[in-house]
Amino acid sequence: MELAIGIILGCCALGAGIAMIAGIGPGIGEGQAVAKACEAIGRQPEAKSEVTSTMIMGCAIAETTGIYALVVAILLIFVAPNIFVNVLKTALGK
Amino acid sequence: MKKSLRFKTVDILLIALMILPIAFGVVVRVLTKPAAEGVQIGGALIFARFKLPLQDLFFSEATLNSLLVLVSLTAMALYMTHGIRAGVKCRRHLIAEWIVESTDNLVKNNMGPFFRAFSPFICAILGYSALSSLSSLVGLFPPTSDFSTVFGWALLVFVLITYYKLKGGTWNYVKGYFEPIPFFAPLNVIGEIATPISMSFRHYGNILSGSVISALIASALGGLTRAVFGEVCRVPVLQIGLPAVLSIYFDVFSGLLQAFIFAMLTMLNISGGFPEELYKKRMKKKAKRRA
Repeated sequence: MELAIGIILGCCALGAGIAMIAGIGPGIGEGQAVAKACEAIGRQPEAKSEVTSTMIMGCAIAETTGIYALVVAILLIFVAPNIFVNVLKTALGK
Repeated sequence: MKKSLRFKTVDILLIALMILPIAFGVVVRVLTKPAAEGVQIGGALIFARFKLPLQDLFFSEATLNSLLVLVSLTAMALYMTHGIRAGVKCRRHLIAEWIVESTDNLVKNNMGPFFRAFSPFICAILGYSALSSLSSLVGLFPPTSDFSTVFGWALLVFVLITYYKLKGGTWNYVKGYFEPIPFFAPLNVIGEIATPISMSFRHYGNILSGSVISALIASALGGLTRAVFGEVCRVPVLQIGLPAVLSIYFDVFSGLLQAFIFAMLTMLNISGGFPEELYKKRMKKKAKRRA
């Protein structure tokens, strides 16, 4: 029983860590977006406010996949173990 | 201009109505928060649940706090426009005018002239979302870090999007799913459903991640104090300072940014899905039929 619970907890933690690999994508994407925005501001300093607001919008949308990964990881750490352990306990009839 | 006694009384009442709900929320939080050691990260406390056929209806901390924020926001709006008149310049009236003007401009620039009337709705979403996220500054459970609250808003926006898409004709709306080729229909349906889900997850995930990181850092600093000072000093001294600096980013900046982004996406989705030419054609046909 203890071994089974240990495996559940460990696998949940591993799963959360693996899910956060998705953080690479938004990081690269947002970095590129900001780099291009900086270039644009350098070329046209008068369009700064418009470029900035567009960039923030774009960054927010690029961030979505990272946020999905984060939500999955948080659920795996704080919510999933309880549910799985309860399922195991009811399956074993304890 | 001399202010009458009645005016002043109403002013004080409105200010009280602005502050008291938040104070009430703090009191409820202090009274109901279970005392425990270590890292505590959990959802909202559930005060009551009502049995309903499909799913139980919860009255949770997030529901209570969002209602309190709503009352406070209403009082704030009433206070800022109290005794407003053309020509008389008063500080709060100028602030109110600035808010109205800037949201009007935002809506006009992003949605076009047809959606002019959307500016109060957008302003309400902005203010509600921003104040909900900022309520974590006084120690309340921010309603936006509960998925139900944000998903409710996203669902409302989804209904609006579908309503404005249907303005181009029901047949055209259905036909839109089978474009460019009928094979794409399931993908289009998924894309349609993904809009509210992605909107709500974006808002909720950002606020939640901020509160989780803040809680982790605060508890880590508490543990560090215990490790360094041991029994000498029971007060977690190291917890002073750093969490407050981080909260400027996680609570203030992130909360305001997410409010802006949610409002922006609402505007873009509603005006982007609206088939303007089809709508104009339909209106012309209707006018012809009537004539």
